[in-house]
Amino acid sequence: MQFKSQVISNVEVSPGYYRMRMTAPPAVLDARPGQFVMVRVNGAIDPLLRRPFGIYDLGAFATPYTDCGRQTFLEILYRVVGKGTAMLADLHQGDHLEILAPLGNGFDLGPAGEDKVLVGGGVGLAPLYFLARELVKTAKVRLFAGGRTKEDVLCITEFERLGVETYVATDDGTLGDQGLVTEVLTRYLADDSGSKQLFACGPMPMLQAVARIAAAQRIPCQVSLEAYMACGMGACLGCVVPGKHHSAETPDYRCVCKDGPVFGYHELQWEVR
Amino acid sequence: MATKPNMSVDIAGIKLRNPVMTASGTFGYGREFADYLDLERIGAMITKGLSLKPKAGNPTPRIVETPGGMLNAIGLQNVGIDAFIEEKLPFLRTVDTPVIVNLYGNSLEEYGELAERIDAIPEVAGIEVNISCPNVKQGGIVFGTDPAAAYEVVKLVRDSTIKPLIVKLSPNVTDIVAMARACVDAGAEALSLINTLTGMAIDLAKRRPILANVTGGLSGPAIKPVALRMVWQVSKAVDVPLIGIGGIMNATDALEFILAGATAVQVGTANFLNPSAAQEIAEGMELWLVENGVADVNELIGSLRA
Ligand SMILES: Cc1cc2nc3c(=O)[nH]c(=O)nc-3n(C[C@H](O)[C@H](O)[C@H](O)COP(=O)(O)OP(=O)(O)OC[C@H]3O[C@@H](n4cnc5c(N)ncnc54)[C@H](O)[C@@H]3O)c2cc1C
Ligand SMILES: Cc1cc2nc3c(=O)[nH]c(=O)nc-3n(C[C@H](O)[C@H](O)[C@H](O)COP(=O)(O)O)c2cc1C
Ligand code: FES
Repeated sequence: MQFKSQVISNVEVSPGYYRMRMTAPPAVLDARPGQFVMVRVNGAIDPLLRRPFGIYDLGAFATPYTDCGRQTFLEILYRVVGKGTAMLADLHQGDHLEILAPLGNGFDLGPAGEDKVLVGGGVGLAPLYFLARELVKTAKVRLFAGGRTKEDVLCITEFERLGVETYVATDDGTLGDQGLVTEVLTRYLADDSGSKQLFACGPMPMLQAVARIAAAQRIPCQVSLEAYMACGMGACLGCVVPGKHHSAETPDYRCVCKDGPVFGYHELQWEVR
Repeated sequence: MATKPNMSVDIAGIKLRNPVMTASGTFGYGREFADYLDLERIGAMITKGLSLKPKAGNPTPRIVETPGGMLNAIGLQNVGIDAFIEEKLPFLRTVDTPVIVNLYGNSLEEYGELAERIDAIPEVAGIEVNISCPNVKQGGIVFGTDPAAAYEVVKLVRDSTIKPLIVKLSPNVTDIVAMARACVDAGAEALSLINTLTGMAIDLAKRRPILANVTGGLSGPAIKPVALRMVWQVSKAVDVPLIGIGGIMNATDALEFILAGATAVQVGTANFLNPSAAQEIAEGMELWLVENGVADVNELIGSLRA
């Protein structure tokens, strides 16, 4: 759905990373973890396109200012990387946004009995928080979070407050182990043979490493991808990734916006990129 | 209260309830937008460019934003005519709005064969031929940049179908009027202009082109002045109805094209920023007519005071 929204709060949670809460109509509560929103920063033509962000959290709070006495909200966690996100970071309470949400397919939460292993790199943690919030209701959840420095590992205490067991790795060792989060993951998996499922979101090299681990150990794994998007609804075909059967003769491109952004790792072709 | 102005226009015998259509490649196959606007309140829908066989399109990145516009190098990815008939047409059949099929080929023969196939589909109101494609068999010369090649391909399509025939012009030419005349001489009953302008974008840090295809087509507000100029020039030179395309974001933009000589318009990139754009533009145009005491949108066509 398409709606106008207002900023409720916009807080810098770590240098260059912001968490924004915005108003949303009640129907947004049907959104599932892994789905995303497209945000139009202002009504002008620069920046032209909407910007996609994963849903970090959503809910409703009591307020005297709406007819029903409740205000539904949506949260995103974003990193300032360019023009659009810099403009977002400048917004204050009461500023206006235009939103398309919820878009895409979310994570399949999987059966209740298995352990859930979340792997996130940098701002890839954003959709994993909403996911963890749902998963902790029925399963044991572990989070493997990676980043360049401790300032790139976000909102870990929020996950811990949900009861998630967290493992952290940073490139420079300023938080958790020094090295790649996928190395920590590999060590953990070597010691734990219970039935489990992986959920990953982050930079492509991290996702590739996670997909390799999942394939080697035959663990079900879902990954959430990013792609340059214009429409967010399957119309422009700008955001495609090659599916498993893709070749020039047998085209099998999938839209990250509509068929994803969450895919089973086995649905995709990992070598060609 | 003012009476409602007449908004309906006629393009090559296709009656549109209002002059606002959705441009090829920016509106999927219609269904993608059904939740965001009333498909029965726009003038017509143009499909993604169809080819005989499914087409994979280009590698990624395929799109990049530029100031006031975007570049795309989708590479004409599409499901092919068979899947269009089987998977996309059943939905379009339920919508009471003309569907115009945009088609392209990589050889003369492919254009002709496609036109014959589409001729046999009763639900298709008309054909829009995209001639901005290379003729693979003849050294890759783009049909739409050479008047003789354009004449040949339009003539063949004309001989292959009795459907209303619209030809979509490429702006990447020295003389748009010569192209327009060649297409009309070959039997085009209406002209759409413009398609995207070829451009490119560079990532300085990586010293690489941003698009995998290196070059792409520029669309959006950045191209509107060029599109307006071309519509205006062509309207002075040919007698067929014109469909103005290029950077139309709102009713004002659309009405400017009508003044410049267009009978109808297509909304492209704007659908990405606002999926209800086409309907809002049609409603905004009607409101402007009411406010300015214009009883019929047809009175505005080419009414530029110049
Ligand atoms: C499904 C999805 C979910 C995402 N979730 C988040 C999130 O939760 N938090 C977060 O910080 N970021 C997220 N991103 C990335 C985010 O969309 C980009 O960082 C953002 O669009 C950059 O905009 P900009 O104007 O600041 O950058 P610029 O570089 O100025 O943007 C130029 C153009 O490139 C596009 N672009 C640039 N980087 C990316 C990228 N990494 N992915 C997709 N498009 C890009 C922009 O959308 C814009 O069209 C997500 C991307 C996708 C596809
Ligand atoms: C992503 C994208 C895909 C397009 N695909 C096609 C196509 O398949 N066939 C075609 O004739 N034009 C295609 N176009 C061109 C548009 O129909 C239109 O002519 C152009 O974008 C200019 O209009 P705009 O500025 O309103 O977008 C495409 C444009 C975009 C942005
Ligand atoms: S962003 Fe347009 S198809 Fe995915």
